[in-house]
Amino acid sequence: MQISKEQVRYVARLARLELSEDQLENFSLQLATILDYMETLSQVETSGVEPTAHVFSLTNVFRKDQVRPHLDRSLTLSNAPASEEGSFVVPKVI
Amino acid sequence: MDLFSLTLCQAGTLLKEGRISAVELTRAFLERIDRLDPRINAYISVDPEGALEAARRADSIIAAGNRKELTGIPLAVKDLICTRRLATTCGSRILENFRPPYDATVIKLLEEQGAVVLGKLNMDEFAMGSTNEHSAFGPTRNPWDLERIPGGSSGGAAAAVAADMCLAALGSDTGGSVRQPASHCGVVGLKPTYGRVSRYGLVAFASSLDQIGPLCKTVADAAVLLKAISGHDPADSTSVPEPVPDYPSMLEGDLKGIRIGLPKEYFQVEGLDARVKEAVEEAIQVLVDLGAQAEEISLPHSRHAVAAYYVIAPCEASSNLARYDGVKYGLRDTEQNELLAMYNATRSRGFGAEVQRRIILGTFALSAGYYDAYYGKASQVRTLIIDDFKQAFETCDVIAAPVAPTPAYRLGETIEDPLTMYLSDVFTLSANLAGIPALSVPCGLADGKLPIGLQLMAAHFKEASLLKVGHLFEQAAGFDVKPKLD
Repeated sequence: MQISKEQVRYVARLARLELSEDQLENFSLQLATILDYMETLSQVETSGVEPTAHVFSLTNVFRKDQVRPHLDRSLTLSNAPASEEGSFVVPKVI
Repeated sequence: MDLFSLTLCQAGTLLKEGRISAVELTRAFLERIDRLDPRINAYISVDPEGALEAARRADSIIAAGNRKELTGIPLAVKDLICTRRLATTCGSRILENFRPPYDATVIKLLEEQGAVVLGKLNMDEFAMGSTNEHSAFGPTRNPWDLERIPGGSSGGAAAAVAADMCLAALGSDTGGSVRQPASHCGVVGLKPTYGRVSRYGLVAFASSLDQIGPLCKTVADAAVLLKAISGHDPADSTSVPEPVPDYPSMLEGDLKGIRIGLPKEYFQVEGLDARVKEAVEEAIQVLVDLGAQAEEISLPHSRHAVAAYYVIAPCEASSNLARYDGVKYGLRDTEQNELLAMYNATRSRGFGAEVQRRIILGTFALSAGYYDAYYGKASQVRTLIIDDFKQAFETCDVIAAPVAPTPAYRLGETIEDPLTMYLSDVFTLSANLAGIPALSVPCGLADGKLPIGLQLMAAHFKEASLLKVGHLFEQAAGFDVKPKLD
């Protein structure tokens, strides 16, 4: 399988990663090798097989809808690179 | 006998009988870490003050006659398990200064037992890697040969236990990350059934595969530690409300009537080192001599496990790691004054090469036009792998196999060749895909110096069977060689 640098650049943009030219080159070669290997999956007959997302299908794990103690706000913000007046601060969006 | 060379069970007895104190024991390990870790680099951080304080508390609990199984026992924890007292880095620059605002459930359980946490252990960044070379804090070295990898991603945990720098450790296993380093370092490693141990506070890599597990000097030690950390947790909706058996009391007996399945596909894997094959076959003979019946079984889809896993795990990882955005915690690139540019710069600077490779791989496999061919297909193959195991466990109680196809690589051997590193996980990934428990027990030394592990797998929640077979094997095989470090 051929993976172009453009394809890697596009996927990197989706993943919010900025890759150098060297990385683009490197990753496109490595991804091609890895994806070639993944192609072996297409040999497996899977028609009518249910996909597994989770080994135990524990569904609808409910809890009571009631107010419980939560992390203190200042503790929640204590790891933030920037915070002000009890909020996270981010660079300009618009 | 030096205190650091005790097993967890032996230390527990001495503490209980008042023949040693928790403070003495903790000091012995802190000194050992000071002396050896500059060469091995198993720890990312050590917490002498916190450990000694916990040891003093433990001593007063013991004096009051209230000792529990782990009171006063010095342990260490892989650095992706959240500890409120200590930075939790996941082996990554992006979390270098992260101080979790809460403790993981397993940490709370250890503290309730009065255990002593010595520090946080090195690992491949975000648990992505099988060599521990993908750590932002430098590679961990194998105590048996400092020029070799300890395995990964819980390489720090395995190396610390092997070098007597803690009594036991907690690691995490997403595709073999407890068992493979345990095998390479000559210690015992257990991946419990998915849902057996709470994942609350375990930093997520691939949420449908991740599971916390113990790395110990003996199987009996692993039984004690597993019992302490198991159980349902309302904070983890995937933890399973199954009662926790008293594992330590279920180790003795014999193997008469136990059926050991040998998957024929595993022993035909290309690249299975002859020394590993021989050691595992000898181990199986030991089980047979103990009364077990060995029979060939088939896991026909196992040859697709690597491909299925390396689609599913990176897909889940690319989604889980989206949270590292430079806003809520962790690194932020402050040179960008626009949001999108800040995200891009933060993530590119903060993540290492292997993590970026897996994010790209996962994002690609989930992107429009590729989802069905990769993620969809891999999830169907996962069902077939699960069905293989279900069928196998109708005719056998425990499956025996190698852990890793070769003894530990030399440092740097696979660093530019990710596919070769991925392929080395061939024997361990299936247990994660199927959610079944699996144990690695030392079974020999290649060329008299590189440890080899025997892997045992059982059906969901059959940890007690694994531990019993592992324990009886260990007693019979008598693997008690240690790396020479002094």
